[in-house]
Amino acid sequence: MGTQHDRDLNPNQEHKGKKPHSHGEEKLNGTFVSVMLLGGFILVTWLAILFLYIDRA
Amino acid sequence: MHIHRLEKIWLGIGIAMLFVFLIAIGIGAFAKGDHPPGHHEAIKLDPEKVYETPPFDEPRLEQIGENEYNAYIVAFIYGYNPGNIEIPVGATVHFYVTSADVVHGFAIPGTNVNLMAVPGEVNQLSHTFTEPAEYLLLCNEYCGIGHEFMATTITVKG
Amino acid sequence: MQKNTDSKLALAHILVAYTALTLGGIAGMLQGMVRGGMLELPLGIGYYQLLTAHGVLMALVFTTFFIIGFLYSGMVRTTGPLLPTVNRIAWVGFLMMAVGTLLGVIMILLNEATVLYTFYAPMQASPWFYIALLLIVVGSWCSIVAIASQLRYWKKRNPGKLSPLFAFMAMSTMILWFVATLGAAVIVLFQFIPWSFGWVDTINVMISRTLFWYFGHPLVYFWLLPAYICWYVIIPKIIGGKIFSDSMARLSFVLFILFSVPVGLHHQLMEPGISPVWKYVQVVLTFLVVIPSLMTAFAMFATFETYGRSKGAKGLFGWLRKLPYGDVRFLAPFIGMLIFIPAGAGGIINASNQLNAVVHNTLWVTGHFHLTAASTVALTFFGVTYWLIPHLTGRTLTKGVNRMGVALTIVWSLGMALMSGAMHIVGLFGAPRRTAYTTYNDHPTALSWLSYEAVMAIGGVILFIGIIILVISIIMMLRAPKGVEEFPIGEVNESAGTTPKILDRWGIWIAILVVLILVAYTVPIMDMLNAGPGSKPWVTW
Repeated sequence: MGTQHDRDLNPNQEHKGKKPHSHGEEKLNGTFVSVMLLGGFILVTWLAILFLYIDRA
Repeated sequence: MHIHRLEKIWLGIGIAMLFVFLIAIGIGAFAKGDHPPGHHEAIKLDPEKVYETPPFDEPRLEQIGENEYNAYIVAFIYGYNPGNIEIPVGATVHFYVTSADVVHGFAIPGTNVNLMAVPGEVNQLSHTFTEPAEYLLLCNEYCGIGHEFMATTITVKG
Repeated sequence: MQKNTDSKLALAHILVAYTALTLGGIAGMLQGMVRGGMLELPLGIGYYQLLTAHGVLMALVFTTFFIIGFLYSGMVRTTGPLLPTVNRIAWVGFLMMAVGTLLGVIMILLNEATVLYTFYAPMQASPWFYIALLLIVVGSWCSIVAIASQLRYWKKRNPGKLSPLFAFMAMSTMILWFVATLGAAVIVLFQFIPWSFGWVDTINVMISRTLFWYFGHPLVYFWLLPAYICWYVIIPKIIGGKIFSDSMARLSFVLFILFSVPVGLHHQLMEPGISPVWKYVQVVLTFLVVIPSLMTAFAMFATFETYGRSKGAKGLFGWLRKLPYGDVRFLAPFIGMLIFIPAGAGGIINASNQLNAVVHNTLWVTGHFHLTAASTVALTFFGVTYWLIPHLTGRTLTKGVNRMGVALTIVWSLGMALMSGAMHIVGLFGAPRRTAYTTYNDHPTALSWLSYEAVMAIGGVILFIGIIILVISIIMMLRAPKGVEEFPIGEVNESAGTTPKILDRWGIWIAILVVLILVAYTVPIMDMLNAGPGSKPWVTW
């Protein structure tokens, strides 16, 4: 098995003194829409069971 | 620690949604009394003596009001005592259920009646039967080799 | 990569895991066909015996062995060869777990333990079944000691440096596992073994159930977290991208440590003897454990989008086209991620206090965990296996075997869509789980379930075809051409920022976890201790 150590997993070393700000943030609109769709799915399925429960009560 | 602006918004929305769910079920449970089944019984049963301990010394359906009943039911391998219960449509039944042996389920498909019958404990749940039908009441917790035969009926006459 | 004792260690775990999966898969397929009305079991085999075998082999043996083997291999990859003592402890653990597994399987085959993998009291199996479980649990503790020792040694050699992300996550998983298995160990050691040997007459049923689920819920996170390790650490390297955020990934694992454990009551919402207040408290805590998964969803999409845009993708979803769908190392985990969407949504529903009445003990629940464990986690593990076995054996992942992996992923998804889909629907109609073929005397309600149960059976057969593809793949991997197959480890995104040191240690988080457990469980357990005389044994099969 390999004996590599991953220097790159130590962001402390690479970004000493640098503080990233929201300028230069990645474009993540596709991500945002995707998670909102996911949230929507959770909402719709939860409401469906809530209504089923209320209907059966 | 850097968190992307859109991630903050997403988590804000997601967490808010979860809290809305919690408030909805919390209001249902604590304001409207619509708790999950349970009966916080101070006196714990000896399962060996269940048939000697009231009310299960006489498992029965007992009318207590205009269209209101208490049902004292013992689950056992592999049936319910009493079984083949008959009630008029619109009846509200307060189920009190225990087990004479192992853990059983007690569930009526198509309704919210779904609870665990645990030896030594009494579980409680109320339901109003608004539709006439012959309902299946079955055991949905594995209890042994006859588990798939363990069922009875509740006939709502209307 | 050369064969040596570290590789053999990981490989041994993985091959035991897949042996268990195969046997468990045969059981599962047969169960599905029985329930679908297509088969009667031969040779006096009992349905519930088969079901016990299926649950134990899939949910306890396949998972635990694979996870420990995977984590060992990743520790070597990121922290160097295992210390000789670590390697020895690891082998001791493997042997204990293997002996326990064998003993447990024998008791199940002898029909001495037809109690299902949850072994609820007062059904009583042979004491040797409980001893088998104890051996598996204690054997697994050796892996905790092994990984902790290995990481401590790495930290001594690398003072002031952040642990490798894989190692941090592996250790977090192991901490979770230890805290969880304490519950299983307590009931097996102090309740079931004395009771089944006849040293005590009765057992407190509610305590045994509650401690089981104190273990049983974090158990599922013990399964999920290694899948998340693949998603966070390995997948970015496979696609040629970067880890989106080291800190947020660690934070998610910290939140899992905190909120996976003090939530077991959500498996007991329909039970008596537990105050509705405490049920609700644990429901609230359960909802908190959703949050790290919401974070993970964002991180995964962000990883893909960032990579795709770096390759010139445009528009809202152009990045989707840049992903390596033809590479099983990506495809299987990716499909696992997508499946986690309905899987997680179902979980939130299940935990919703009184709403649980709609689904409790119905086939909906079975559908749910066949998405979470048997699809998301399993597919991710399969995706790992296709490069890990070549990596460990000094061989390569060939194009042919890769294609088999892609086929497996498609077959598995199809089989599971049919089976789990049907289970979710028929569960809403009230069909009970863990129940052999029956029509309850031809009751119309039960008859209405039959067509769904037939679809479940077909899905199960398709899944078994998937298992055959998987077994053939493994055999081919063990005979593939020699070479070097990388163990992919991702690099962190440049703009991810620095990771706070508090996300590289566990003391504080374990302390908070202990407080949460005490808050969530003290009153319910005290109530249960104040019980009647308890139950005598029952052997109902």
